[in-house]
Parts: sequence; structure tokens; C-alpha cells
Amino acid sequence: MLAVADLHKSFVSPEGGRVGIVHVAAFALAAGEQRALRGESGSGKTTFLHLIAGILAADSGHVTIDGVEMTALGESQRDRLRAAKLGYIFQAFNLLQGHTVLENVLLGMGFGPRGADAVHAREILTRVGLAHRLHHFPRQLSTGQQQRVAVARALANRPRLVLADEPTGNLDHRHARESLVLIREVCRENDAALLLVSHDEQALAQFEGVQDFALINRPGPEDRS
Amino acid sequence: MTLWLIVYRSLRQHALSTVVTASSIALACGLLLCVWMVKTQSQAAFTAANAGFDAVLGARGSKLQLVLNAIFHLEASPGNLAWSDYEAIRRHPAVKTAVPIAVGDNLRGYRLVGTLPEMFATVEFAPGKKGALATGRLFTPGAHEAVAGSFAAARLGLKAGDTFHPFHGLAYDEQNQHAETYTVAGVLAPTNTPADRVIWIPLAGVQTMGGHDPRAATDVSAVLVQLRAPTAGFMLDLMYNKQGNRLTFAYPVAAIIAELFQKISWFDRVLELVAYLVALVAAAAVLASIYNSMSARQRDLAILRALGARRRTIFGAVVIEAAVIGAMGALAGYAVYLGLFAGVAELIRAQTGVVLTLAAWHPVLWLAPVGMVALCALGGVVPALKAYRIPVADTLAPVS
Repeated sequence: MLAVADLHKSFVSPEGGRVGIVHVAAFALAAGEQRALRGESGSGKTTFLHLIAGILAADSGHVTIDGVEMTALGESQRDRLRAAKLGYIFQAFNLLQGHTVLENVLLGMGFGPRGADAVHAREILTRVGLAHRLHHFPRQLSTGQQQRVAVARALANRPRLVLADEPTGNLDHRHARESLVLIREVCRENDAALLLVSHDEQALAQFEGVQDFALINRPGPEDRS
Repeated sequence: MTLWLIVYRSLRQHALSTVVTASSIALACGLLLCVWMVKTQSQAAFTAANAGFDAVLGARGSKLQLVLNAIFHLEASPGNLAWSDYEAIRRHPAVKTAVPIAVGDNLRGYRLVGTLPEMFATVEFAPGKKGALATGRLFTPGAHEAVAGSFAAARLGLKAGDTFHPFHGLAYDEQNQHAETYTVAGVLAPTNTPADRVIWIPLAGVQTMGGHDPRAATDVSAVLVQLRAPTAGFMLDLMYNKQGNRLTFAYPVAAIIAELFQKISWFDRVLELVAYLVALVAAAAVLASIYNSMSARQRDLAILRALGARRRTIFGAVVIEAAVIGAMGALAGYAVYLGLFAGVAELIRAQTGVVLTLAAWHPVLWLAPVGMVALCALGGVVPALKAYRIPVADTLAPVS
């Protein structure tokens, strides 16, 4: 499902030199597999997910998703692949505040090959327990409900891979636990692989397969300015 | 659907600036349409308003003044001509009809024009249309009777049986009231020509009105002429204007009015320029409005990009948004245009009697709104480029 090989990304530092952020020699995720990566803030987890999602272009290396090499694609094709194959749950949810719950989910589907499907959007919102909040705006929802909208949006286009970036970062322990259970269940029901990154030990404890991001990400000292 | 949803929500989210910007577009579009339509329609209406006559014969002077005085009932008369001059042109074999008029008096600003009954009985002011009475009857020659044009009657509240004292001169001065009493014999049906603003009385009425020069008691102010053939006009033009030096033969009426519009065409161009500038400023307002909202919308646009929206989709959404604001403004612009045009048309009718038609079609009625939408879309390109370049990863989250 996901294969990463020799992936490298660096940024220009304020001082002018280049700072290596990500250098992952090899990483793989099987179809339907659920994996968590443990990593401290600033360790490059989000950048790693952005590179997998094609939101950022890698300096070098390969990311292959469902048999398609993302890193070989132009930006427009990466956008298309992301819309077709990926779901992304952001730490801050990143809901569109001017759009209703239903519209947020429809927009999550709208750029994919199947297009916006209101029936499916309602189904998945019902699945996450928001059938009664379809026409509410994000600001009218609790934090937990907003998180569920983000989950529904990420799953709405029937992705093959869901990337979750600190999905419980803004939730209390009870809601964090419930939210993770929901994310994992919904991914399983939709046969989507899940790659979650977090520094929250309680969240990570719910995963059988947890890897330290620092062990797979080794930006070389030569990258640091 | 997705694109329209993005556009719709963005417009809703920025409802106030959307309404304000669309209003400025509406004003610009309405102004542009009004300037253009009033210009083209008034030119067409004025050149067509010849009251059914081909030419005007009058005292030596400006042809334009003669036409404005005799046909449009504006301007002062350039002078009088003798009854024998009227008789001469009436008997000319190239002339089909010649009707004399005499001016010099008014009723509270509305002109009294002396003429013969054949003005209504034989002359068609438009093909197949003669001056018909709405109420009452025609004046009796020699009697102190009047027939009021529809607009003048409505404004002065005249009806058959009413009486009035005329005032001396073409401009109303309440000190200059004549002693004669006239009775309204009838009111003419609307003709939508300058004649609607006139109160018609027998020719002799103006000629012999108390206070007028008795030596000019048989003079007329002008003779309105219908020709048997258009070529005759050039012959008479040669005879009166080139070979003679006492009278002026204004022919053809439409060309003389067209000359007037030619003379004031600079004013049209100034109005057009102002309208175009207003349109440009309105398009710039669209640009500024959307551009200023870009900072606030940057995160939303980055989220859309993260969801799979391509750069060109985001670019298109912003351009469409600008075009939709333009379209909303253009639609409202029709309402502004209708209001403005109705006001201007009423003013022109009150001042000249010439009627402009609100329902008249001109290609500018679709060209201007479509052009406005295109201009707004063009204005949207600048903020769209800004949206196009949004760095998704940087905007969404700091590197961790």
C-alpha cells in the first residue's frame, strides 16, 4: 500500500544554510494495516506525512502509494492522487469554518474521481454520530464533534490510506481514546490503511504496532547547517 | 458542484463586502447602460421627430434654430416671414403641404402656437397617424379657442371648456398676461412628439394678440413643408439658401438635428469616459475586495489544496467568485439602469416632448453587463494568482 524509500527533505534555515528534516531510508505499510509512529514535537513527523501526501515535494527519494509513485508525479497529478487515494486527519482538524458539517465532508470527496456524493457523506456522518449536526457549522460543534467531522471527511472519499497527524492533540483523555477507537474502526470498515503520528503515549498505547519515528528518520548531520 | 459550493460559501462568508462590491458594479453598469441608451435613443428619437414635415422655411438665420423652434418648440424664432412668402411656397409645384405657424406667447411656460386646422386634418405626424382629439373638438379658425397637447394639458390641468389668459413671450412671466380669454375646445391624444407640449390656437390668434406689433399681423414665424419628392428639397435649398438671401430653408430636418448631435458629441464622449472609468473603478473594487480577503482565506484555500484541489481549481474558484460578484452587480445594474433611464426619459419628455422608449433594444444591453462580468473576472485574476501560489504545507501547520 505505502512504500517509502530513501526519502529526503530539507529546508533553508533563517541563517541561509539547509537543514535536513526528513531522511527515511525505508518505510512500508501494508493494505489495511494500522501503524503508529511515536515522535517528539519538531522531529519531522508532520513533514513526513506531508511528503507522503504529496503536499510537499521531496528533495529526493520515492513514495509509492497503491502502486503509483507519488514522487515521480507533477504537482497536479499529486493533487489528483491525494484526492483519490488519501485521507488526511489534521491535528487542528482544519475544518472549513464557512462550510457546514455536510459540506466539509462533501468537499473531502469533491476533488476525487467519484465526486461529491451526498448520500455517502450522510452515511459516514451518521456512522461517526453526527447525523443530527449535518447543517451545523464547525464553530457550533464541540471539539470532539469537530474531530469526528475531520474523521468523516478523511474517510469520505473511500481512501486506501489515511494519514492522521496528532489526531488527539486537542482532545482530553476520554475523548482522545474514543476518537482513536472511532478512527481505527472506521478505517477498518473502509479497508483503509492507517498511519498515525503522535507524541501522546496514551494514544500510542492503543496501537499494537508502534515505531519510534527517530529510528526510521535519520537526517544526517551533514544536512544541518 | 464543488467549485460552486466553494464560491457560494465564500460569497456568503464575505456577504457585506460582496454586497457593497456588487452594488458598486450595479451603479457602474446602470450608469453605463443609461448613458449609452439615452445617447442612442435620444439621437434616434430627435432625428426621427420631424412632426411629419420634410423642411422648414423661416427668416434668414440658423437652420438649427429654425428647426428647433418650429419642430421641437424650443429656442426663439429667428424672425418672421411675410404672408406672401408662405403663399409662394404653398403654391410651389414641388410642395405637397405647407402649414404656417406663429409663436410668441405661452401659458405658464407651455408655448402657444398659432396654426391652421390642416395641421391636424391633413398632416400625418408619423406614417398613418394624424393629430387626433382625445376629448372635445378642434378650435374654430378666428375664434379665441385652443386645443391643448396631451402633455401640456396634463401638466396644466386643462380640459375642454376651461378658459385661460395667455402670457406674452416664450418664457413665462406672470406680469405679461394678455387680456384675451381663450377657451379650451379640446385636448389632443398623445403623439409622443414635441407637439404634446404645445397649446395650439388659430394662426390669427397669435398674429393679432394684444400687444403684438400690428404691422406684423399677417406675418408668420415659420412654414412647415411637406415635399412631393425628396429631390425637390435640394432644389428649394438652392433657391432659398444659395440664390436668395432673405429666407432660410432648413432641409432635411433629420440631417440638421444630426448636426446638432455631432456638435455635442464631445459631451457624449465625456459621459462615456466617465461611465467607463466608473466601470474600471468598480472592477478594481472587486480586485481589492477579494485580494484583501485572501489573507483571511489563505488557510481555507490551503485546506482545500490538501483535500486534493488543484492549483487551477483554486485559481478558477477565485476568478469565478469575482465573475459572480460582477454578474450580481450587472443584474442589479439593470434595475439601476431602469430607474435612471426612466428619470432621464421623463426629464427629456418634460423639456422637449420627445419620448424615449424604455423597452427599446440595443446590443449594449447585453454587451455592457457581459463586459462588466468579464472585467470583474479579469480583476479576480490578481487575487486568484495569490491563491494559486499559497504554500499549502507552510499555511496548514508549522514543521514539527
